[in-house]
Amino acid sequence: MSEKPERHAILSGVAQSAIGRRLFRTDLDLTCEAALAAIADAGLRPDDIDGLAAYPGPVAGPPGFAGPGIYEVQECLGIDLRWHLSGLEGPAQISPIIHAMLAVAGGLCRHALVYRTVSEASAAADTGRLGIGVGSHEIRGFGAFMIPFGAMSAANWLALYARRHMHEFGTTRQHLGLIATTARRHAALNPKAIYRQPMTMDDYLAARMVSDPFGLYDCDVPCDGSTAVIVSSADAAYDLPHRAVRFEAVGTAIRARPSWDQWGDITTMAARDAAEQLWTRTDLRPDDVDTAQLYDGFSFLTLAWIEALGFCGRGESGPFVENGRIDLGGPLPLNTWGGQLSGGRLHGFGFVAEACRQLRGECGERQVADCEVAVVGVGGGPVAGCMLLTR
Amino acid sequence: MTIAAAPRMSLFPRPLPALEPHTEAFWRACRAGRLEMTRCNACGWYIHPSRPLCPRCRGRDLSPAELSGRAVLHSYTINHQAWFPGQPVPYVIGLVELVEQAGLRLTTNIINCATERLAIDMPLRVVFEVVNDDVALPLFEPTEPA
Repeated sequence: MSEKPERHAILSGVAQSAIGRRLFRTDLDLTCEAALAAIADAGLRPDDIDGLAAYPGPVAGPPGFAGPGIYEVQECLGIDLRWHLSGLEGPAQISPIIHAMLAVAGGLCRHALVYRTVSEASAAADTGRLGIGVGSHEIRGFGAFMIPFGAMSAANWLALYARRHMHEFGTTRQHLGLIATTARRHAALNPKAIYRQPMTMDDYLAARMVSDPFGLYDCDVPCDGSTAVIVSSADAAYDLPHRAVRFEAVGTAIRARPSWDQWGDITTMAARDAAEQLWTRTDLRPDDVDTAQLYDGFSFLTLAWIEALGFCGRGESGPFVENGRIDLGGPLPLNTWGGQLSGGRLHGFGFVAEACRQLRGECGERQVADCEVAVVGVGGGPVAGCMLLTR
Repeated sequence: MTIAAAPRMSLFPRPLPALEPHTEAFWRACRAGRLEMTRCNACGWYIHPSRPLCPRCRGRDLSPAELSGRAVLHSYTINHQAWFPGQPVPYVIGLVELVEQAGLRLTTNIINCATERLAIDMPLRVVFEVVNDDVALPLFEPTEPA
């Protein structure tokens, strides 16, 4: 176990650009802001960067989704590279971070810049949020079996998972609401969060429905912003201006049909497989985790991650989140930056940034006391990747 | 004479399935009023969406097979959000499991069913909505009358 690649890399730097609803700045501009700040945070200069990776790279997608490709960013920063990668397929949006860890551990590069940039809020300013496939006459690929039936959003696809979980285990909308209202309370302590005003359970329940059981506040908030991290060789830890964040274990497995609607047991997700693998790569246990940063593109996904990571038994995530268990000051402070529900849909990387800051003790009012172990789980449905990070 | 603005929904055609090599037979069978899926002749496994290889036994001897069109409701959601201007809402999206094989599912719409009647595990049968000369969409309705 001592030779696992996780031991040979660290997260040496982290930074975010301005984050907002209608910034009307280009993806590339936001990315440069975050990248230069992350490089400086790691105590490096741009010329030290010799690896570059991003999710998802230049793919077709909804407006504002993809962000700039890595070659645009390489050109912008004027850097030479020994390793580079982007892609949509892989263990969720943190795939390029996991692969950067492997590339650094394998000696292909020493300091890799990894970013995720979105501008979905500005891109939707004129139209409102459109469904997937809107504007196309003919739908290709897996969407052909969903989009013509009006299942035009992951909100629809995952509402089906949530309803089935409610049916089998008695999970309620109030349980989903605890994810949303807790995130909002935490967002009030994060100056960069999008929504910081208080939200009660009554506010949550009174919001308009989107795709039941998901109402407006079960769905994350599209935003503009870029998050960048630096993955460095572990020996760089001695030169850092702050504490290093260490990779303890990662999870990348997927063991059922990689499909939204043909996935075997839809009360589980790929999170189950990634999390199971993560715990085989460490001697730490769920009880050792000081804070959990778990994907909440929809509130229900967070419940799925809580079960997947073994914080409770199968089907027990609803009752688990009751009684302040996931609040700051509780036994498992969750999504302390506000999550994507209140902090903004930074598409996975917001959780990584917060885990790093918590482990470095830089979270001010929302700091988890003596935070030594953080878990990050990203993705939903047949998409999942996770990391256990330590200081 | 005043020229009224065109309704915005005209900018957004109804998205329909493309006829692709592995899926064309499915949509054309629906258009002909039959629910057909690719089946492995070696092990009997239904493969949907169709693929050139059976993922269970890796057999390559596959052919279309007709299904009964009977299913049970595995899960559902009532969609209230218009995903493009002019889209009529609400509507019911169902995830139905075909009776022929555990886990063999279609994402579809549940029609002719009051929303209060929707219940997981309720029995359903297929009905086809013709959308053009090549394609019909398989929708589902309750087997039992209200």
